[in-house]
Amino acid sequence: MIVAKRKPFEEIKDMLQGYKKVLNVGCGTCVAVCLAGGEKEVSVLNAEVDMARKLADDPIQIDGITVERQCDREYLALLDGKVGDYDAIMSMACGVGIQFLAERFPKTPVFPAVDTSGLAVNQAVGWYEERCRSCQSCVLAWTGGICPVTMCAKGLYNGPCGGTNQGNCEISPDQPCAWFMIYERLRDQGRLDHIKKIKAASDWLDQVPRTLIQPGYQKPEAAEAE
Amino acid sequence: MGTDENGYKAGSRLEKILKAGHFAFTGELGPPRGTGAEEVREKASHLKDSVDSVNITDNQTAVVRMASWAACLILIQEGLEPNFQMVCRDRNRLAMQADILGAYAHGVRNMLCLSGDHCLFGDHPSAKGVFDIDSMQLIQMVKNMRDEGKFQSGGDIEHPPKLFIGAAANPFAEPYEWRVHRLAKKVEAGVDFIQTQCIYNMDRFRKWVQEANDMGLTEKCYILAGVTPMKSIGMARYMQSKVPGMDVPDEIIDRLKGAGKGKAADEGIKIACEQIEEFKEMKGVHGVHLMAIEWEHKVPEIAERAKVLPRPQVD
Repeated sequence: MIVAKRKPFEEIKDMLQGYKKVLNVGCGTCVAVCLAGGEKEVSVLNAEVDMARKLADDPIQIDGITVERQCDREYLALLDGKVGDYDAIMSMACGVGIQFLAERFPKTPVFPAVDTSGLAVNQAVGWYEERCRSCQSCVLAWTGGICPVTMCAKGLYNGPCGGTNQGNCEISPDQPCAWFMIYERLRDQGRLDHIKKIKAASDWLDQVPRTLIQPGYQKPEAAEAE
Repeated sequence: MGTDENGYKAGSRLEKILKAGHFAFTGELGPPRGTGAEEVREKASHLKDSVDSVNITDNQTAVVRMASWAACLILIQEGLEPNFQMVCRDRNRLAMQADILGAYAHGVRNMLCLSGDHCLFGDHPSAKGVFDIDSMQLIQMVKNMRDEGKFQSGGDIEHPPKLFIGAAANPFAEPYEWRVHRLAKKVEAGVDFIQTQCIYNMDRFRKWVQEANDMGLTEKCYILAGVTPMKSIGMARYMQSKVPGMDVPDEIIDRLKGAGKGKAADEGIKIACEQIEEFKEMKGVHGVHLMAIEWEHKVPEIAERAKVLPRPQVD
């Protein structure tokens, strides 16, 4: 899932400076699961903002609503009748949701309440670890299901470098060396031949904004033209 | 393909010395944290005539310094042969190829292809590490530029750069069993010579060279054993505990301690010379790369005591 972390309160306070009526929009999917921007987090943030502004003798009306997903038009449509009443919108969705919200309501300022950090697994409640950088050229088949682009601090395709430190990365004893893990897993599977071959330079398909249309589908305007 | 009409790939002094079967002896110089060309000249003066070629580090330990290629030019002006180090951390493939063309145009003939320390270690820890390509792919790219006259993208190069291609190897980082295979990949990528991580654990190094011999790798590339004399007990302890991928056995520290007050540095040089004597006889080792970190002025003495002087003359 996509994981995010709430921004520092001071930063949020600064963004809302000067706005008197704000709608804080949560997202009920990834950010709700990772405890950053669901219904509960919307209520908590709103209470903090309300309190801080009262203490500053600068009261604000901050309301909350949480939609199922901010990255889907049908859910954002539920806000169409509400947004006009507010000076600004705050979004607790990931960067994708925030932008889709801003796109739907282009006349209203939209502020992010979270920092999106990546595609991660849920190791335990409140503990998430990044596993994918969505490079669009998946190499997991020959790296034993361990991503060197994400898990190696240098993103090496032909590791490990000389900085392996007792199985850990040179950047920290708490960060396992991805290539050490790749080696061990492939060795145990009898598949080391996969990494004996030189992996050619990546084409870095993630350098431009990407649009994805699945086979059999097309953009609506193309469909209309037919 | 791959060789000039004279039979050399690049024709650098280092290549000629190795090809003639001499035991190579290379040094290292770290450029200054500023514009002081005089500092480079001063360090170079100690290395002149004591080593065959001088590695010029490239923002070593991720700390900004005078560009490696620029310090290489100063060395050429001083009559020394540089070995242009390039890390994958600071440049994408365009900048790398541009610097290679420029360095070659100014007379650089050796190059060392490295991944580079992570930015977190350096003086700009929040810098974005580039790593567009890795060291293996860099070796491939330089070889292809030299032997096929092609850029990484496949386009033609006018007057391709003819470089003697080096890379690093670290026999002391886990997984040990994999290290010789990574060397094999570098050989396959097209490396001409290898300079190893500083060696202190001789047993492990002997084993690695033996594996490389058994796989025929030491016939396909030249191996220069990395040597760094310990200046003090503190330095040895620091390298043992703080430098990732470094293997300093307790015996080394015990010997430095046993040397007595004020004599650790001399003992460090003695250890280094004993290692060099062994490397001279070791099958599969073709020379020594001496990394006398901020100790350039000691290089003539170390070379003398290691009995590698005078350096052979090659045309």
